[in-house]
Amino acid sequence: MSQDTLFDKVWDLHKVSSLPGGSDQLFIGLHLIHEVTSPQAFGALKDKNLKVKFPERTIATVDHIVPTDNQSRPFKDNLAEQMIKTLEMNCLEHKIRFFNIGSGNQGIVHVVAPELGLTQPGMSIACGDSHTSTHGAFGAIAFGIGTSQVRDVLATQTIAMNKLKVRQIWCDNKLSKGVYAKDLVLHIINELGVKAGVGFAYEFAGPAIDDLSMEERMTICNMSIEGGARCGYINPDEKTFSYIKNKLCAPKNEHWDKALTWWKSLKSNENSIYDDVIKLDASKVEPTVTWGITPGQSISINQQIPLLEDLSPNDKLVAKEAYEYMSFKPGQSIKDTPVDVCFIGSCTNGRISDLRVAAKVLKDKKVSKNVKAFVVPGSEKVATEAKQEGIDQIFKDSGFQWREPGCSMCLAMNSDKLIGNQVSASSSNRNFKGRQGSPSGRTLLMSPAMVAAAAINGKVSDVREFID
Amino acid sequence: MKSKITPPIGKISNMSGRCISLIGNDIDTDRIIPARFLKCVNFDSLGESVFEDDRKTLKGKHPFDLEENKNASILIVNSNFGCGSSREHAPQALMRWGIKAIIGESFADIFYSNCIAIGIPCFTLPKKSLEEIQNYCNNKFLFLEIDLKKSFAKSKDLNFNLEIKESSRKMFLSGEWDATSTLLENENLIENKFIQLPYIKFTNNLL
Repeated sequence: MSQDTLFDKVWDLHKVSSLPGGSDQLFIGLHLIHEVTSPQAFGALKDKNLKVKFPERTIATVDHIVPTDNQSRPFKDNLAEQMIKTLEMNCLEHKIRFFNIGSGNQGIVHVVAPELGLTQPGMSIACGDSHTSTHGAFGAIAFGIGTSQVRDVLATQTIAMNKLKVRQIWCDNKLSKGVYAKDLVLHIINELGVKAGVGFAYEFAGPAIDDLSMEERMTICNMSIEGGARCGYINPDEKTFSYIKNKLCAPKNEHWDKALTWWKSLKSNENSIYDDVIKLDASKVEPTVTWGITPGQSISINQQIPLLEDLSPNDKLVAKEAYEYMSFKPGQSIKDTPVDVCFIGSCTNGRISDLRVAAKVLKDKKVSKNVKAFVVPGSEKVATEAKQEGIDQIFKDSGFQWREPGCSMCLAMNSDKLIGNQVSASSSNRNFKGRQGSPSGRTLLMSPAMVAAAAINGKVSDVREFID
Repeated sequence: MKSKITPPIGKISNMSGRCISLIGNDIDTDRIIPARFLKCVNFDSLGESVFEDDRKTLKGKHPFDLEENKNASILIVNSNFGCGSSREHAPQALMRWGIKAIIGESFADIFYSNCIAIGIPCFTLPKKSLEEIQNYCNNKFLFLEIDLKKSFAKSKDLNFNLEIKESSRKMFLSGEWDATSTLLENENLIENKFIQLPYIKFTNNLL
């Protein structure tokens, strides 16, 4: 059993009671909600005649269903309009702060909360979205919950949950040039498998993690869930503190000093005991692309799609399904695979640094004629910053469509969808069957820089050939 | 079209029903209920859309479309079932199709908690036993009677000791799986915790 890790300290701090069944009642310090997984929770409150217990600890925004082309109201999609209206009404009724479209702070919930300084070390954070693990990048313990648990957080600010085990994933050395956080996390998921994290929180540590920016760390923690770990985190350091400082909701004045002292005390240290430790060499990671239907089915750009006989018995069943669905042959190269759609965005890679990296690749280049390419900033703030830096213009000049913020084609709940069996090069997090809106659509996950390179060449390419 | 399913309430201790076997590892919640069906403000009509895309692809041959499975209520799956998105719509869709319990090799964490929260026990069995059940289901109907208290499943030909997390087992037996009221019983403790948390002082009411 783990001891004295950041996870243990933060969990224990938030434990309200041991429940009769044996699970813990955990206080949720920050609750984030959006339009898709909250309406039924508010409905249940009404049915049970309950109020929101601490409305000031819940923050709302709208992201999953928002159109990214024309955001004028009412939305063209009646169901989407109904969902945003329901959220507006629920927030108004329960006095919950809501960052709506046009507020300047709307965006993907996991992009918005860190931008506002809401996400801080030592917090427990929950949201009805599996990518809530993103917030672990700040040394918070953050995890996705379902709608019934959203109801419980609204009604009680707590949930019933079993404590997770802790696995440290130690990443030695540094990422090489043209290799990004996305490549590292895809590599980790490939090494450990998509279900290795079940029952675990992942602590990402080591020189390669220390070297990452806060936004890159968010990319890593964001995809913990794709490795099965509901929660992933990184111990806070000077980068964490300077990212938070001066943000809207950051502690101010004398509170800042107190917060800093407390945050520093939370880190895992030499006395920490883990349930498991895995070590890997980050310098060996190359630009990585998924070829299958789970985020664990990835290879580096110069590798071939694995042969069935090279896979473990457990992986064979899904591999067979993947070859068929993706129309790939075992042994085939992933490089030069033609792509139809290029998507940059999502809570994994829709932040300003992601857009900067992609824009650098795209500058003075043109998107291939055969490709539809679009970029969806993660938030209104990201969009504004990009415009100030002229990044939107670089995208537009290259042939990318510049869109309004939202989740967009990561899960295709709005009108941004693949058609038929189109292949997309996508900076998002899931390559599941049908994930991007077409029941036969095919997704290749990669870093935003790699998506930009694929857009230029019209096929999967090695971004290292585009950068000095 | 099935008759409307009433979600479970109160204590859950015994369940019985015909098994429906769905073979495959890493079956994600996007497959269980594609994202376009998440555009709803209640869960009532999700049952008919469960596995919609997989079913369309198999043109009537998907286990959820086979006539003999029409009244099945115990779902037999393989490993990492329910991975991916946290959408409770996935277990809700299964429940509203008629599923009352799931037996598999392993379940994704969020999917598992969602099932507990809506009253669907998820049991685990070793891979070999599942293969045995799935092979059996290929040829014959398997009608299982599950005793949650003893974590035991029996049928005419096959018997199994099922595994379930002890906390989940206790919550089903006591009815506390529907957690809100249990959590609210500790209202004083919750308020004390709120006051004690170091960061409440420097973040509260900032918005």
